[in-house]
Amino acid sequence: MYVNKNLAISDTGFIFNPSTGDSFSTNEVGKFIIDLLKQKKSKEEIISQIVLHFNVDKVNADKDLSDFFAMLKSYQLMLDENE
Amino acid sequence: MSKKSYERPYIQKLNTGTMNKFGTKTEYAPVTAIEGVPVKKLIADYGSPVFVISERQIRKTYHEAVRAFKTRYPKVQFAWSYKTNYLNAVCNIFHQEGSWAEVVSMYEYQKAIQNGVPGKKIIFNGPDKSIEDLSIAVDNESLIHIDHLDELYLLVELLENKKKKARVAIRVNMDTGIYPMWDRFGFNYENGQAWNAINKIMSHPELMELVGLHCHIGTYMLSANAYSVAAWKLSDLAMNIQLRYEKTISYLDLGGGFASANTLKGSYLQGSDIIPSVDDYAEAITSTLLNFGFKQENLPTLILETGRAMIDDAAHLLGSVIAIKRLSDGRRSIVMDFGVNILFTAFWYNHKISPAQEFSHHVEDMVVYGPLCMNIDCVRESVTLPLLNRGDNVVVHRVGAYNMTQWMQFITMRPKVVLIDMDGKTHIIRENETLDTINQMEKMPKHLKSINL
Ligand SMILES: Cc1ncc(COP(=O)(O)O)c(C=O)c1O
Repeated sequence: MYVNKNLAISDTGFIFNPSTGDSFSTNEVGKFIIDLLKQKKSKEEIISQIVLHFNVDKVNADKDLSDFFAMLKSYQLMLDENE
Repeated sequence: MSKKSYERPYIQKLNTGTMNKFGTKTEYAPVTAIEGVPVKKLIADYGSPVFVISERQIRKTYHEAVRAFKTRYPKVQFAWSYKTNYLNAVCNIFHQEGSWAEVVSMYEYQKAIQNGVPGKKIIFNGPDKSIEDLSIAVDNESLIHIDHLDELYLLVELLENKKKKARVAIRVNMDTGIYPMWDRFGFNYENGQAWNAINKIMSHPELMELVGLHCHIGTYMLSANAYSVAAWKLSDLAMNIQLRYEKTISYLDLGGGFASANTLKGSYLQGSDIIPSVDDYAEAITSTLLNFGFKQENLPTLILETGRAMIDDAAHLLGSVIAIKRLSDGRRSIVMDFGVNILFTAFWYNHKISPAQEFSHHVEDMVVYGPLCMNIDCVRESVTLPLLNRGDNVVVHRVGAYNMTQWMQFITMRPKVVLIDMDGKTHIIRENETLDTINQMEKMPKHLKSINL
């Protein structure tokens, strides 16, 4: 799993994908996750980082992360390793 | 290290250049209290979902309507349309304000009587009145609005054996330039049916007195002008009755139908931006009546049976999020603890839904479903809301008309209805149903009493 390394993310959560020209908006937790993805962190690592930094339990963090991944894939911002 | 507050991760594609058709920020600004009572407290005290009605708003809307008409016309009488919301407490707010009762069945009629409305101040509409119903209405001197010839003949038959005269009107249907035309109720104006019915009634002066003429041209009428057409046609009939029979018609009843500020499904524009104001309706009706040419002493009383426009704004439905899902096509969907079972008007309206707590500025487009295991149970096909979580509360706006009468006990039970009075105090005006409420009405044949699984 990886995201396009060239994605530009502003502090306010504005995302620009230079390869397609699309732009997106994300929130604080979304930005946090994308930053970790750019560092090639695994899903498990990301979940523990979220739980460490935010007021949420593991079960909900996991559930929301899976949904977020699905959105990133649907926007073609994230690809599986073998693609 | 103290942790930051969590909001589930969210990402949305930005479409540059296209207008945000889902409206402005104010649309999903949180509504945390109703008439000063916190939504959280209402839900904690009375459960979720719960209907909450504001007495203050009912009276305010009523006063505005009365002012719009009475400043323009000398004789105005409102009659509360029971079917729109016949919770007794709601009816009595209108009756305290001076509204008569407009009913369309013996069930509603009896409710009005039990609420203390004098028989003379009950307007009995509707196509289904039995000979027993008519007999009660005649005894109470209620205003019987005849819907069809069969009813007229039934009434004649009844009155031939009674000592009492009936006070009657006919319901007239007509072309007011509005499509679809409601021609299934009453007698048609254009083809002469109405005049014919009037002549039949006038041929029985010993049995009944024709006191009024009635029409109800449709509901959620977006054209105020349709009411001037209707007022003109009823006036024309009244004038012809005066000329031919020297009989003064004492009232013209223009029915209901004024739009509330809800947004109709399929309408791109917000309801509140396109509906005529009560002043527009009042101007259309009263100027027609005043200019028609009635002699001052023959000027008919104007009766109005305004329903939805009187009550929609006064009620909110509070509910809670059960689950948040993602549909197969990627759309976000949210499941609420209320559905079309109690929010019947979701079939016609895109009800405004507000979150009941503060959120970040991030919002997403979503489908709002109810809890029923039915495909039709969709409250909003597309609405923009903040990032709601399970257990969060929402406020549905303008639900006062037709929901608390057309709701169904289906799969779940109907919730409490709470009234916030003029002092901000809350009162349960209808209890929630329980298993016992429903089971009370069922009977078990002996041979089915025991099962052995
Ligand atoms: C005879 C009659 N009067 C009044 C009303 C109230 O209509 P509205 O809620 O559109 O004002 C109705 C509603 O169907 C009706 O049938």
